[in-house]
Amino acid sequence: MGIEAGTVMLGIIGPEVVLVVAALGLMVADIIIKDERERQFLVWIGVAGILGSLAVSASLWGREVAYGFYGMVVVDNFSTFFTLLFLVAGGLTLLMSHRYVQERKLSPGEYYTLTLFATCGMVLMGKSTDLIMIFLGLEVLSVSLYVLVGYVRGSDKGVEASLKYFLLGAFSSGFLLYGIALLYGATGSTRLAEIGAAIAQKGLLGEPMLLAGMGLLLTGFGFKIAMVPFHMWAPDVYEGAPSPITGFMSVGVKAAAFAALLRVFAGSLPGLGIQWKEVLWLGSILTMTLGNVTALMQTNIKRMLAYSSIAHAGYILIGVVAGGETGTTAVLYYLLVYTLMNLGAFAVVVAIEQKDEKRLELLDYAGMGTRHPALGAAMAVFMFSLAGIPPLSGFMGKFYIFSAAVKEGYLGLTIIGVLNSLVSVYYYLRVTVMMFMKEPEAEITPVLFHPSLVVVLIIALFFTLQMGLFPSTYLHIARESIKIFL
Amino acid sequence: MINYIWMVTLFPLIGVVLNGLAGVKFPRKVTGAIGSLAILGSFLTACLIFAEVLRLPAAQRTSEVVLFTWIACGSLLVNIGFLVDPLSLVMLLTVSGVSFIIHIYSMGYMAEDEGFRRYFTYLNLFVFFMLILVSANSFLLMFVGWEGVGLCSYLLIGFWYQRRAPADAGKKAFVVNRIGDYGFLLAMMLIFVTFKTLDFSTVFAAAPHTLESGGLAVTLITLLLFLGACGKSAQIPLYVWLPDAMEGPTPVSALIHAATMVTAGVYMVVRCSVLYSLAPLSMDVVAIIGCLTAIYAASIGLMQNDIKRVLAYSTISQLGYMFLACGVGAFSAGIFHLVTHAFFKALLFLGAGSVMHGMAGELDMRKMGALKSKMPWTYWTFLIGTLALAGIFPFAGFFSKDEILWDVLQKSTVLWAGGAIGAFMTAFYMFRAVFMTFHGESRVDEQVHVHESPRVMLIPLGVLALLSVAGGFIGLPLIEGGNRLKEFLVPVIALAGHGAAAQHGAHEAGFEAVMMVVSLGVALAGIALAWLMYIKNPAVPEKLSERLSGLYRLIYNKYFVDEACAAVIVEPVKNGSLFLWRACDNKVIDGAVNGSGAVMLRASRILQRVQTGMVQGYALGFVGGVIAVLYIVFAM
Repeated sequence: MGIEAGTVMLGIIGPEVVLVVAALGLMVADIIIKDERERQFLVWIGVAGILGSLAVSASLWGREVAYGFYGMVVVDNFSTFFTLLFLVAGGLTLLMSHRYVQERKLSPGEYYTLTLFATCGMVLMGKSTDLIMIFLGLEVLSVSLYVLVGYVRGSDKGVEASLKYFLLGAFSSGFLLYGIALLYGATGSTRLAEIGAAIAQKGLLGEPMLLAGMGLLLTGFGFKIAMVPFHMWAPDVYEGAPSPITGFMSVGVKAAAFAALLRVFAGSLPGLGIQWKEVLWLGSILTMTLGNVTALMQTNIKRMLAYSSIAHAGYILIGVVAGGETGTTAVLYYLLVYTLMNLGAFAVVVAIEQKDEKRLELLDYAGMGTRHPALGAAMAVFMFSLAGIPPLSGFMGKFYIFSAAVKEGYLGLTIIGVLNSLVSVYYYLRVTVMMFMKEPEAEITPVLFHPSLVVVLIIALFFTLQMGLFPSTYLHIARESIKIFL
Repeated sequence: MINYIWMVTLFPLIGVVLNGLAGVKFPRKVTGAIGSLAILGSFLTACLIFAEVLRLPAAQRTSEVVLFTWIACGSLLVNIGFLVDPLSLVMLLTVSGVSFIIHIYSMGYMAEDEGFRRYFTYLNLFVFFMLILVSANSFLLMFVGWEGVGLCSYLLIGFWYQRRAPADAGKKAFVVNRIGDYGFLLAMMLIFVTFKTLDFSTVFAAAPHTLESGGLAVTLITLLLFLGACGKSAQIPLYVWLPDAMEGPTPVSALIHAATMVTAGVYMVVRCSVLYSLAPLSMDVVAIIGCLTAIYAASIGLMQNDIKRVLAYSTISQLGYMFLACGVGAFSAGIFHLVTHAFFKALLFLGAGSVMHGMAGELDMRKMGALKSKMPWTYWTFLIGTLALAGIFPFAGFFSKDEILWDVLQKSTVLWAGGAIGAFMTAFYMFRAVFMTFHGESRVDEQVHVHESPRVMLIPLGVLALLSVAGGFIGLPLIEGGNRLKEFLVPVIALAGHGAAAQHGAHEAGFEAVMMVVSLGVALAGIALAWLMYIKNPAVPEKLSERLSGLYRLIYNKYFVDEACAAVIVEPVKNGSLFLWRACDNKVIDGAVNGSGAVMLRASRILQRVQTGMVQGYALGFVGGVIAVLYIVFAM
């Protein structure tokens, strides 16, 4: 097993250490620097932390599998893959927030600190090999986000969203914890490896306590990835939260929950595949369909993107259900692609949005494309990619997910998935149509481009195109990452 | 240097990006300079590669440069790669060289046009695709270039899309070309089925022992490829788009519809000479179609009054000669004529453009005359081009056309006679054009102020005129070792093995010299007749047209082919489409689509109501979910 009993092994949590140090530095700097304008530079401490952490975690790629902290966390390619993904998401969120925070005169120190902590929580979730550790990571992430969602204290919607998220989050955490307790009761351990071993040795497959524990665990993760019917919080929270945070949640939280889901279910409970695959199969269909169909009628862009992100969770679930090498590879590739294209779309939303939650209605996008062709073109690329139109990366992602499902014999699921992505084209294209083919009702106040935001747009645009045109490198990385499950 | 072949195609692409994406605020001079310099870059790179290849011994002059894997799917593996061999080098040099000259000319010709930037962007894009086409190392990549030049041709024919005629002409060119492209595609699929690869080198190496000579597979492949060539190179029956393509700007006609793109079909046939030499039937078809086209198009050219249309039919006719050469196995003669034709036909088109420029856009030769003194530069260069095209010694066209006719004579006297008749008509209609435009009495409208073109347009004319004079010396007949082009092309053509060109090694120099005099005599006779009819007795043409009114009308209206096509193909297809549109599409398909859309929107409205905003409700839903999950887990 190679568990290093008694050692602490800081190297294994190197990325987290860098993040936390940066976050603490941010807090201190926030106190020391009094001048309101100078405090806007705090974002660069956060970005530096992310970059440092990126460098550390990149150096962990390809190393031998190493456990640390009494087998609570692990460094393997799977965890490194997700660490990199979360760091990219966190970094882009920081850059996206730069002007957002400045314009609304939000206190920058805490905002960036909390974003870093949330990122750190995600990273922990990705590399936990113990249910307790997963729970801790989840809570670190959640508590930071409860605050961030309601960060604009003057906004009714924001405060409401924060409270709802907190109430329901606490509610779901209860179920998750109960599930962990039941699993512990059934197997005598919270270590993933030991749980798997105990099931195999003691022949626990039909044990009710085990089944119940697994079911509750599913609901807990289902909440985080916004699987129907645990999705209800998502539209309200996504709408109320500050837009960069919405973007962050829609990609980061989702990916973190998927990482933990894969590690627990595909890694340790493959024997119970019949049961959990059945749940996720149904969940996938409901999630895609409800997400897409409800998105059709949305008039608020953030709400629309919230439903869209629910739908995407549905597509990703297809890959999880399909499983195997191709399915799991496709899930990882899709999460990567989705992170960049969705953050790109949110970057456009942040660019167009004005103070006091103005310009968030779809109608406000009328004429934006003719007024700002580059911004319009970028949004068109993100929308086309989300809709899954070749040659963009969103298409390749769906292609790999669906082909994995076909290969594993889930033909019905694939057909429903394809039909769903057909429905989704309607609301994605509507944004583009609005931007380019509708005349604005009143004169548009021009969009102000902040350099940090432009950087986010360029990065997201580049990768959305590049990962679609040359997917092989990324597929290779994804395949390397999931070797531990095979 | 050979490994940098990709740079040849890179330069025009940079031009496209700079002018097309970033060039909104560039002044015209900058736009034109970027466009021209990009092509100059390609030309110089091609020259350097050529120089290096020349230093190599003949056997090592073929190499492949693979950049990266493009498609890997099952047994289909296609690379983005270039084939550097004598044939592609000749094409690269011709294409980039002539393109560069025409880019320079365009800077003057299009100076006043509103779409200046768009023009140069398209033109550079065209050159990019054309260079891909001639340097690709596989059928599929060649097809990319093939389709790309087709697209650019469409865009440039319809360049003045605000007017009806160019827009229609663009569409016509595109649609007719699709028929040919379909043949190309089918051929490509057959090749893949037969050889399991699309790489030129593998296919040609395997062909002699994989395919049965004269067998069904190779005959079908080559005929389908030839269908593609007919579309692109405007051969019977797919030639109809080229005359209409003259609606585009004149430099475009010179570059795309005379010098380069339309020769792509010839290039492709020569590239596949290995396959063709295995299919005698296809060779005969190529020769016969080529010969027929040569005569047929020349006969239409006799009666056209629009100077560009005369040149257009002449182009079709000359392409016919190239195919005729390929069809009798004289592949190098075909390429020779392709090169010289690129020089003098580009020159003639640019000369016609210069005339148009000086006459405020007039194209009708009946409204010209006596322009010689007013546009001396244009006149003299145009005359050189005409002499070259008519095949007068020692201009370029003489050598290349004579070589074709000589090679044809080895094979078939009938085909030779056809070629000779075509040559006679060529000399006649070209000098008719010269006499009507530059000699005789002026019929120019009084309001038109005729003037010579600016220097930026005249210098390209001069350069092309020089090439039209000297271009023939790369392939001198009679003298041993004089035909340098043929020798250079040997590594490519020799693969074709027992082609006729390789056979007549025994040089019957005496007989060949006699035949040269004969073909010269034929051309001179044509010129003399033109002189008699349009200078000596200008009344003759009118009398003749009255006496032979039936024949006259038939030829003048281009044998009514366009009308027949419209009645037999276009109208039925259109009516069928209208029916399908109204009955099937509007009612059945749109009904289903709109219906399902409406259902979805209604469902959306219902689902929306579930989202009440009440957190208690959400928690309740959550609990419901938990129960459902537990139920499924225990039920399974």
